[in-house]
Amino acid sequence: MGLTTIFDIAGSGMNAQSLRLNTTASNIANAETASSSASKTYRGRHPVFAASFPQMLGQPDNANAMDAPPESLGVAVKGIVESDAPLQPRYEPENPLADEQGYVYYPNVNVVEEMTNMISASRSYQVNVEVANAAKQMVQKILTLGQ
Amino acid sequence: MAISFRNSVGLYESALKLRSARAEILAGNLANADTPGYQARDFNFADALKNQMNNSPAGDELRLTQPMHQGGLDGAGGGAMDVQFRTPTQPSLDGNTVEEQVEHAEFMQNSLEYQTSFTLLNSRFRGLMSAIKGE
Repeated sequence: MGLTTIFDIAGSGMNAQSLRLNTTASNIANAETASSSASKTYRGRHPVFAASFPQMLGQPDNANAMDAPPESLGVAVKGIVESDAPLQPRYEPENPLADEQGYVYYPNVNVVEEMTNMISASRSYQVNVEVANAAKQMVQKILTLGQ
Repeated sequence: MAISFRNSVGLYESALKLRSARAEILAGNLANADTPGYQARDFNFADALKNQMNNSPAGDELRLTQPMHQGGLDGAGGGAMDVQFRTPTQPSLDGNTVEEQVEHAEFMQNSLEYQTSFTLLNSRFRGLMSAIKGE
């Protein structure tokens, strides 16, 4: 407890948001990655966030802290899930990847959705940076006490 | 008349402690701005300060004797703060009640007030110092 916990919390937020930004980048980069079979096609990836106690942030199996008594909580990434949305089969017989019927499969990535995700993630990241900065100023200030 | 450090510093010390505890809670809210189902939390600063001032007996504070024991959130007196969930003005579909602009404003205000308390505490120390030196 104390001001230094804020660094852990803001750090966990930055970590989670940068991971979200990472998956977004991967989704956008692979938005047009065609494949010849539905099972091999890239699927959109999304991180799952969960609240977590700051002191347990580094531990892989940390319990869901949401039901615990109110206290300051950091954020942990529980895992990354692949989207179940239907893939987009397109009729492109000239494509070398096309199957016997002339179809290729495109990922179920919605680029518009990913762009909004990207904006949200980068804004949230900035907020966490600002929080860490404010905490830094508070700590630096307290070190000058009595001077 | 003897100089009482505790009396002259008392209020600002508690205020600083509570301000930093509140900063921590608000930082948690901001970090969880995108966590589904997370409920924003906060406490009433004025009430917490009042509790803290009434409950903490001069000089005696609760001490942790075992590392496994739970400490009070503010490290002194314990339970001075009554942490509650915030009522959102626009709840979101995923059950998250963090409103980033509200939390951000609260956090910034809190850190400014922390600096205010700090400045006042610091000037108390300066006052004591000049009283001791007699300059």
